[in-house]
Amino acid sequence: MAAAPAISMIGTRAMLFEAPGDFTMAHQRRVWALMDAAQARSDVCELIPGVTNLMLIFSAPPECPQAVAEWLCHAWNTLPERHIEGHLFEIGVHYGGTLGEDLAAVCAHSGLPAQDVISIHHGSEYTVCAIGSAPGFGYLHGLDPRIATPRKTVPSLNMQAGTVIIGGMQAGISALTGPNGWNSIGFTDLRVFDPTKQPPALFAVGDRIRFYPESIEL
Amino acid sequence: MITILETSALNTVQDLGRPGYRNLGVGTSGVMDALALQVGNILLGNQMDDACIELQTYPFVLRFETATTFTVTGIDAAIELDGRTILPWMIETAAAGQVLRVGPPKAGARGYICLAGGIEVPVVLGSCSTQLRGSFGGLDGRPLEAGDTLETIATALDVVGYGALPPAAVLDAVATAEDSKVIHLRAMPATDYALFTPEAQQRLWDTPWRITPQSNRVGYRLSGAPLELRHRVELRSYGVIAGIVQVPPAGEPIVQLADANTVGGYPRIATVIEADLWRLAQARIGTRIRLHECSFAEGVAAMQPVNAYLDKLRMMVAHYRSSAHSRAGMKSGAKA
Repeated sequence: MAAAPAISMIGTRAMLFEAPGDFTMAHQRRVWALMDAAQARSDVCELIPGVTNLMLIFSAPPECPQAVAEWLCHAWNTLPERHIEGHLFEIGVHYGGTLGEDLAAVCAHSGLPAQDVISIHHGSEYTVCAIGSAPGFGYLHGLDPRIATPRKTVPSLNMQAGTVIIGGMQAGISALTGPNGWNSIGFTDLRVFDPTKQPPALFAVGDRIRFYPESIEL
Repeated sequence: MITILETSALNTVQDLGRPGYRNLGVGTSGVMDALALQVGNILLGNQMDDACIELQTYPFVLRFETATTFTVTGIDAAIELDGRTILPWMIETAAAGQVLRVGPPKAGARGYICLAGGIEVPVVLGSCSTQLRGSFGGLDGRPLEAGDTLETIATALDVVGYGALPPAAVLDAVATAEDSKVIHLRAMPATDYALFTPEAQQRLWDTPWRITPQSNRVGYRLSGAPLELRHRVELRSYGVIAGIVQVPPAGEPIVQLADANTVGGYPRIATVIEADLWRLAQARIGTRIRLHECSFAEGVAAMQPVNAYLDKLRMMVAHYRSSAHSRAGMKSGAKA
């Protein structure tokens, strides 16, 4: 029998569901299925999908948290994976240069020359696993493990919005200008969030992203 | 309309927050002390989510350009209207041109200037709250500056001279303390509580945690003896709400608050209950806080006195206003 999910209360109005085991896209797709099912519950007012986890925020404390937890477990065990046919974004990147100044650090960590790091980066297709941390910021799954690079111990203080970044096994495009601990390897003019648009976030979970080099500055 | 004459950093337009967009990475923002804003809006007969000015730094000075009924809640401070001392938590009407000055608090940290009819700023994603990280909402997504003007509905109520007892005077303290300066809060153990050593678990409840200067609307960083995990863990990004107590690798906890990120990755040891978040919002830097373990049922029950306080205030305001109106009606009738 598969390991059981972990379910916990975060205060009186939020419940966190965590899938058991390692990260897999199959688990992430089951979390998306769970998100869909939870959306239909009348007691849920907000959902925060995370990486193989889901937070439910209730409009009022649930009468019986145990009953909600059992419902979640049942849904988890019975729902099929949800395959989201997301949009495909093809995004041009200016690799290297001052806006991608951590390219050297990624090279040093991977032991690969810059040209290889760049071609490995735009050689993969990425999936938006979750959106969060900053408005519109997508956690991208699909980074080739060869160029995975731990977050920096000293964050950049003023990283530009649109910076193409690597943080551990995840990739992304920074959503805001400000402090950021991920490694910058390039830049795109794309803005991932606009509060005046509906929806305000460019990406949705399940969207796919391909990068291509617009320019390379080494 | 009002004009800001004097302000320093970090005073913003806020309402009860921007729920519904956390799945897109947009935190709720909103006032730190939701109770103080609700009291202000009840006193003024406003909508519950009408926007106010949240004060975090003082003095703050504004000029009413039109006659406006207002109240200042959240703090006890020296407050003057054209040099005349007025009381917090009380309804007052300013004439056009009068200047309101709010000095540093004698008690509390965050003051709320609430205006009858609310403040007119564009509604962005369903809220007037300033989202500082995203640079939207409130007034152009930024803190207020001297010279700014804010549009108001500018309502002068015909009945004034009433107010509310502050929550701190009505709602019982969480614990009777030897040291009255310590603020007591209730918290529920959270997801990763069991991952901490038994000593760390005990220390969470026993330590008078000091609120460090690295504390703001995003969260409070606490200082005290570090809390150790039984063994290192690597967590995947998960949803964050106000009140969650995370423990970064150095072991000193952070309480996430109104401007928290929507997701985080540090171990979660506890969550300060919703009923006590206003106490935390009013705790100043340098203050010590003690956390008291509470169950889910106790956390839910703790909202009852808070809701009863607001309900009673609603009734009191309705009574006062209707009886003042009937007294006024009788007077004019007697004259005729």
